[in-house]
Amino acid sequence: MRRIRKWGPGLLLISPSLVLLAVFVYGFLGWNIRVSLTTWQGINPSYDSAGMKNYSDLMDDSIWWRDVQHVLIFTLVFVGGALLLGFFLALLMEKGIRGENLFRSIFLFPMAVSFIATGIIWSWLLDNGEGSNLAGINKLFSAVGLNFLENDWHKADSSWAISAVALPAGWALSGYIMALFLAGMRGVPDELREAARVDGAGEFRVFWHVVRPMLWPTVMAAVVMLMHISLKTFDLLYALDYNSPKLETPALYMYRDITDGYYYASGATIATVLVFGIAVIIVPYIWYTMRSERRS
Amino acid sequence: MSMIRTKWSRPALITRYTLLLVFVVIFLMPIYVVLVTSFKSPAEVSVPDMWSLPHHLSFDNFIKAWDQPAIHHGLLNSILIAGTSAIVSSFLGAANGFVLSKWRFPGADWVFPLILFGMFIPYQAIIIPMTQFYNDVGLWGNGEATGGLLALILTHIIYGLPITTLIFRSYYAGVPDTIFDSSQMDGAGMLRSFWHIALPLAIPGFAVSIIWQFTSAWNDFLFGLVLTTDTSSWPVTIGLNNIAGVQTIPFGQAMAAALIASLPTLVVYIILGRFFMRGLMAGALKG
Amino acid sequence: MKRRGFLAAAAVPALAPLLAACSGDSKNQLEIFSWWTGPGEEEGLAKLIKMFKEKYKGVDFKNSAVAGGGGDKAKGKLAARLASHNPPDSFQAHVGAEMFDYVDNKVLDDLTSFIKDNKFNDVLHPATVKNMTQKGKMYAIPVDVHRANLLWFNPSVLEKANVEPPKTWEDLISQNAKFKKAKLITLATGAQWTLLQLLETVLLGQLKADSYRKLFNGGKDWTESDVVAALNVYADVLKISDMKHHASDWQPQLDKVDKGTAAYAVVGDWAYAYLATAKKRKYKEDYDVVVTPGSDGMFDFLADAFTLPSGAPHPDNCKKWLKVVASKEGQIQFSLVKGSLPARKDVDASEFKDYQAWNSKQWTDPKTEVVPSLAHGAAAGPAWSTKITDALGEFTTGGKAKDFAAKVQSAYEKSQK
Repeated sequence: MRRIRKWGPGLLLISPSLVLLAVFVYGFLGWNIRVSLTTWQGINPSYDSAGMKNYSDLMDDSIWWRDVQHVLIFTLVFVGGALLLGFFLALLMEKGIRGENLFRSIFLFPMAVSFIATGIIWSWLLDNGEGSNLAGINKLFSAVGLNFLENDWHKADSSWAISAVALPAGWALSGYIMALFLAGMRGVPDELREAARVDGAGEFRVFWHVVRPMLWPTVMAAVVMLMHISLKTFDLLYALDYNSPKLETPALYMYRDITDGYYYASGATIATVLVFGIAVIIVPYIWYTMRSERRS
Repeated sequence: MSMIRTKWSRPALITRYTLLLVFVVIFLMPIYVVLVTSFKSPAEVSVPDMWSLPHHLSFDNFIKAWDQPAIHHGLLNSILIAGTSAIVSSFLGAANGFVLSKWRFPGADWVFPLILFGMFIPYQAIIIPMTQFYNDVGLWGNGEATGGLLALILTHIIYGLPITTLIFRSYYAGVPDTIFDSSQMDGAGMLRSFWHIALPLAIPGFAVSIIWQFTSAWNDFLFGLVLTTDTSSWPVTIGLNNIAGVQTIPFGQAMAAALIASLPTLVVYIILGRFFMRGLMAGALKG
Repeated sequence: MKRRGFLAAAAVPALAPLLAACSGDSKNQLEIFSWWTGPGEEEGLAKLIKMFKEKYKGVDFKNSAVAGGGGDKAKGKLAARLASHNPPDSFQAHVGAEMFDYVDNKVLDDLTSFIKDNKFNDVLHPATVKNMTQKGKMYAIPVDVHRANLLWFNPSVLEKANVEPPKTWEDLISQNAKFKKAKLITLATGAQWTLLQLLETVLLGQLKADSYRKLFNGGKDWTESDVVAALNVYADVLKISDMKHHASDWQPQLDKVDKGTAAYAVVGDWAYAYLATAKKRKYKEDYDVVVTPGSDGMFDFLADAFTLPSGAPHPDNCKKWLKVVASKEGQIQFSLVKGSLPARKDVDASEFKDYQAWNSKQWTDPKTEVVPSLAHGAAAGPAWSTKITDALGEFTTGGKAKDFAAKVQSAYEKSQK
């Protein structure tokens, strides 16, 4: 009785949220898995069992593997690029500079713009017209004599074409990474740096031996955030070049599957695999964060 | 901020500012194109000349973009969707955050990570069941009167809960327990202290949470794409994609429409940027 | 306090549409769903709407159009609405396989008695009647007929390069050298679906009508050597196209021909509406058109039709709409701006001029071989055509013709189970 009196009101307060999340997150994830085990193809639902057939079909599907390759390439270029750029920007600003707020605001504002608007704007910047149709970034390159940098961006004849999307994605999110690093760098107590300086260490050595080791949690946070965004990216690709086979990733494949051919069961299969792919990254991270929180 | 500003050598300082300015130019480049293009007269707009300045200012592109129901009606829909879901989600998040940080009931260590996971799942994995569910309960389809707007708001409220809970949990963790101690004796006191002490205390938390949730709901695309069943219930992102996504409308209008659709979140960001920043930090689980 | 006041003030106008939606569910409404938002098509729809409004006053007309030339985005939205039993009062569908799939999914109401009572079946072209009838029942009213196997070109560009319109696809490929010399694109392409339409016209030109038809009714295996040979020709055609710089939809694709930066474009006759009506270009002077290489006497056909979805909220208004759509006047008015031909056979060719007069003669000629379009839903239903699009994506990004054929064939066999 006392226990209920003690915990009851608290549970009451959070139970609406818990019920909603239990249904909308875990209930639906389970339901989605159930759909992935059926033969549902068509406008109206059908729940005839197909066993694991959709999964084995997916493993034999060359489109799926092509799209997996695309998302891995995109993740590699985008996560790597945004991480480096964000880190570099933070490094430039670390020690406080005049007009820091203005600089920070400029690097961060693209994050407030929707991916749809970003995609629409960048689809023009990444225009690959030639000759009198030269436009976008290519035109800038040509104007400053950097013609060798002109290229076809996301329309290029290469399985790496999707890496061009790292430009708009990086534009949107590098500022975020910069902010994370800036917070991480400034979380290093000044006494530690001072102590190193007193020992005669130069600025680079101070950074390398004092600041760098303490940045690992930030790096990890940044990588995890960027990776899960990258695996989920949908709107940006949708707005850049809808239905382009060069830009398709599992997230888009799933959507096209269910809307064009009403392949609901196979769409649910793709989505389920995607969830597991993201969980592999996210679950250990949440676990790690919770553990370090309990320790501190 | 407690940091020691060490003196820069002059060349190092110049290098830093030069590099920063170069990046500023790069980051502002897309906005430059959007601005110069949308302020050109429609006759002057051309893709190859996207970098040139307008000869004289014209608002024609804005007027034409605004005239599209997908934009002016979409903007109202987005305000309704993002505003409502941000407020409701924040209140629920405040309750969750308060309980999870101050009344650690048995199993709380498991509940919180389970809530958090909802933030990271790809929404593709729930859209099929979700539409089925809304259909079954009469919130979607079958001539439902709001064209999916209600379902969309509800969805944003629920999928906003992980981040709002996280924001408030971190916020209340920073508030000393002693403030609540006097009323901890019985359970009813706990509800009272939430309402009278914890909520008013958390105004800055609300600012962070509402801004963050408003921005993400505003910028959402997939939920809106799947859930709205009627062109008049489209949020502005769907409307924008519908008119500007297939480049059959003039380039200048597309840019003006993109600007109009982004303006509210940009204004929020410019005015309340520091709260936005805190939301960012929380989003990476770094309260 | 101040903040709360601001939020309340912001919420009031925002709530207005929601409240309006709750209370204002008009009893006398008509909602028409289509993907006609571009130049030419939008005006065609507007003509029909105008005729409807004049004839049936007091009906609150709602135009739900989702952008995107081939309708791929629109069809996705539509499928969600149909699945949720929330159909519009009528929606645009392509007759043939795509419409039959809607029938199989039980989302369309039978219009047989409506059509017979109004004697529409007597005046419609037999090819369209055949493609709207399944198991003796009719499910749609076609508003127009389009032709997909057309090659549009800019006469001055051909003159400059000193070439004649090609008679075969090999001809076209061999012309590339001349255009390349003049720094011109030989063949302009658009969004992904335009590559599918290009594919069907190459298949038609290389295999001819009979074999082409058999590809889609199971009478011919895609892996047969003549099909693979035709696919290899297609791959060569892509090589002389601007696929890498493809336009984002069919209008900008035609713009390249119009501006004279490209010589040819394979586009259906919606191109006519765009060039003649929207851009006011002159037939034979500013632009010209021939059938795609090797498809003389063949009519690669698709027809836009309107339906009565099961559970449509205002079926009576839908039938009024269908009457306007089926009327002779409506079909003429619509086709004049959209570039299509009436689906009726009792419209005299003299109603039309230029390209449309030329086309109308061939459409009504009983010797013309009418074949169904693949890219526009007449030849293959959504389940199979999604897989064809998948395979085409691989084929056009460096895949092999043989693999493409095998995939299309096995997808066909799966869709038959």
